[in-house]
Amino acid sequence: MSAYTEEMLKSIAKVESTRAARLHVELKRFTAEEKDAVLKKFHPDYNTAAFTTLSVGPNKGDKVPKELGALLEGHSRLEKVQLDLQRLDYDVDVLIIGGGGAGASAALEANKGGAKVLVVTKLKMGYANTMMAEGGIQAADKANDGPDVHYLDALGGGHYKNIPDLLEELVENGPAAIKWLSDLGVLFDKQADGTMVTTHGGGTSRKRMHACADCTGAEIMRVLRDEVQNQGIPVLDYAPAVELLLDQEGKAAGAVLYDYDAEEFLVVRAKTVIIATGGAGRLHYQGFPTSNHYGATADGLVLAYRAGAKLIYANSSQFHPTGVGFPAQIYGALVTEKVRSIGAQLVNSEGEAFMHPLETRDVATATIIRECTERGKGVKALDGVALWLDTPMIDQLHGEGTIATRIPGMLKMFGQFGIDLRKEPVLVYPTLHYQNGGILIDKDAETSIPGLFVAGEAVGGIHGTNRLMGNSLLDIIVFGRIAGTKAAAQAKTTKLAALSLDHVAKFARDLAAAGIKTEVVSPKLLPVYTHGRPSRSEKRGI
Amino acid sequence: MEAMVTAWLLGKKCTVPATLTIMDAMEYAGFKLIRGVGCRNGFCGACAVIYRLKGTTELKVVLACQTKIEEGMCVGKIESFPLNKRSFNLEELRPTDNIIGQLYPEIYSCIGCNACTKGCPEGINVMQYIAYAQRGEYEKCARESFDCVGCNICASRCPAQISHSAVGLLARRLTGRYLEPQCAHLEKRVAEVEQGLYREPLTKLKNLPLAELQKLYNNREIEK
Repeated sequence: MSAYTEEMLKSIAKVESTRAARLHVELKRFTAEEKDAVLKKFHPDYNTAAFTTLSVGPNKGDKVPKELGALLEGHSRLEKVQLDLQRLDYDVDVLIIGGGGAGASAALEANKGGAKVLVVTKLKMGYANTMMAEGGIQAADKANDGPDVHYLDALGGGHYKNIPDLLEELVENGPAAIKWLSDLGVLFDKQADGTMVTTHGGGTSRKRMHACADCTGAEIMRVLRDEVQNQGIPVLDYAPAVELLLDQEGKAAGAVLYDYDAEEFLVVRAKTVIIATGGAGRLHYQGFPTSNHYGATADGLVLAYRAGAKLIYANSSQFHPTGVGFPAQIYGALVTEKVRSIGAQLVNSEGEAFMHPLETRDVATATIIRECTERGKGVKALDGVALWLDTPMIDQLHGEGTIATRIPGMLKMFGQFGIDLRKEPVLVYPTLHYQNGGILIDKDAETSIPGLFVAGEAVGGIHGTNRLMGNSLLDIIVFGRIAGTKAAAQAKTTKLAALSLDHVAKFARDLAAAGIKTEVVSPKLLPVYTHGRPSRSEKRGI
Repeated sequence: MEAMVTAWLLGKKCTVPATLTIMDAMEYAGFKLIRGVGCRNGFCGACAVIYRLKGTTELKVVLACQTKIEEGMCVGKIESFPLNKRSFNLEELRPTDNIIGQLYPEIYSCIGCNACTKGCPEGINVMQYIAYAQRGEYEKCARESFDCVGCNICASRCPAQISHSAVGLLARRLTGRYLEPQCAHLEKRVAEVEQGLYREPLTKLKNLPLAELQKLYNNREIEK
């Protein structure tokens, strides 16, 4: 029995009937004007009703998603708490908040730099978006490529909004990042002579996507975590940061943590602090599902903003065009872009391919939404509509067994719900995937607050307003390493004055002065899900 | 009215929609999840749970985020399983002299019961990769263990008390570091960047006006 509904099976028959004709046809790419038009009309970032204007803080007057705005202008957990900041629970050189790929990279470099490091995580090291990155990591290391070519791809893809100095750091350090990972034992796909197997991603002009089968991020994350353990770097799990600490001169000086087990606050003094808290998918902007891990609630943005750091492009989100649209158990999970980069086309309910499969993610997202709304050619799935990703094309193009060796994770994910993507196409719809914006840093990964560094998805500006596939795994390594190195070096000369939470009190006064009345307490830390459970209070948590 | 099932979640009798995963069913039942939840997509291994259907003998171990709830499930958690990972300096190790056997001698206590393989939610032939490790065939061990998410269900089932995921990870790191061929084009490019070969082209790009950049981007050659 098929996992698909009868209506879906009818549409699949149409997809199959056009497949042979579509197989070897290179679809036309959009012109710059066509891209612009579809983005403005259909991309969720242009849905003005979904945004709010900030009333306080360094980005006063800027638009942000409503869900993020409510948290940025929320109450501190410490508002009514008397904390003795003299009583230190931890006293370190470098505090790293977050245990994903950026935090782990930073920890390894800061440790190498001789600093006494503490990593704190809300969940556990590796329960992070890094672990879920499937497609690959970009780096310009082949003969026909170069960091300059990579720069232009990322700049155009990012709508020319990328901060030049940050983008330069990203692309120039790309090859060294791959070498660093390779030397740590990350198992990249290679040919027999050692040549890296590389492919295109959406928006790349060279095949520079390096991969470890289709679990590149997982392979990187488990190696980094293993090395953090080898080095004996202390990691404190289930202890999210709820506020940054500054010293009385305004330098970053540590954080207040909330110990989930003891249900107590902890005071950490640190000479430098690295925020590596990741993204915001679990805020479910505009009700979209998300591909992100459970803890992706933009905590770092809230902490940094309250302490006076500026955000950039906080109104820009990346929707991955191909989230799972069906079945319900994996709704919103990612179908890696690699599926398209090795040949699967996006096809509508009538069996028509309606776009080049490797347009950038924002253009692909907007085009899929257009196909499903204005053009009415979506396939009814769950509560909404979705479109086909014609996966059987892959083996037909590249030979039987390609799917099994190149995207085994996808094969398994759908397989356990009775869908064999070698034989049947799969249903996809955009899912909230990545926070393009974030905290503003300089090329040393430092914010405007001395001693406060940021790495990974919590950073804004590297990717402009649209990130290319494979540039995020790269940025967590490149800027994680930079942040770790610089934070360790700076910690050697830092002299901290007394610890202070005055910035939190001041922010609360600013909120009151702006007339903001809210029940929201932030950072959010974890989402609340009830899956349609009727009639119980949602007022829970800390 | 959607179909409901009754299950015992962490000992609590709950009636939940039949379409939910075990993890979602816990949330529907009112559990506020902090431990034992991570990526919610089957990649991170955080959410291993053990269950048996009420009244049956057989125990099963699965990922809560990837497994549908069923009528009569009695579900307990496996969380923070105490793995016995050995520390090592990869730069001093070599994939020779039975190095994995030295670091993890318990792999030779395997009695071939295959409980590890039977328990693996990823369908990995775990006992086979331990056998490869025993024989010093690290590359094969690396490939066979590659899909491991580190949920440690195998270790929880093992009478020989092997820390399987740590063994596989060591084999993969040894393979990636020493057994895979070196990558000449990567070494070359890293050296070129270090020599400053890309300083000038990048500086030039950084300083071009927008219109020039757009022209370059829109007309750039795309590798077939």
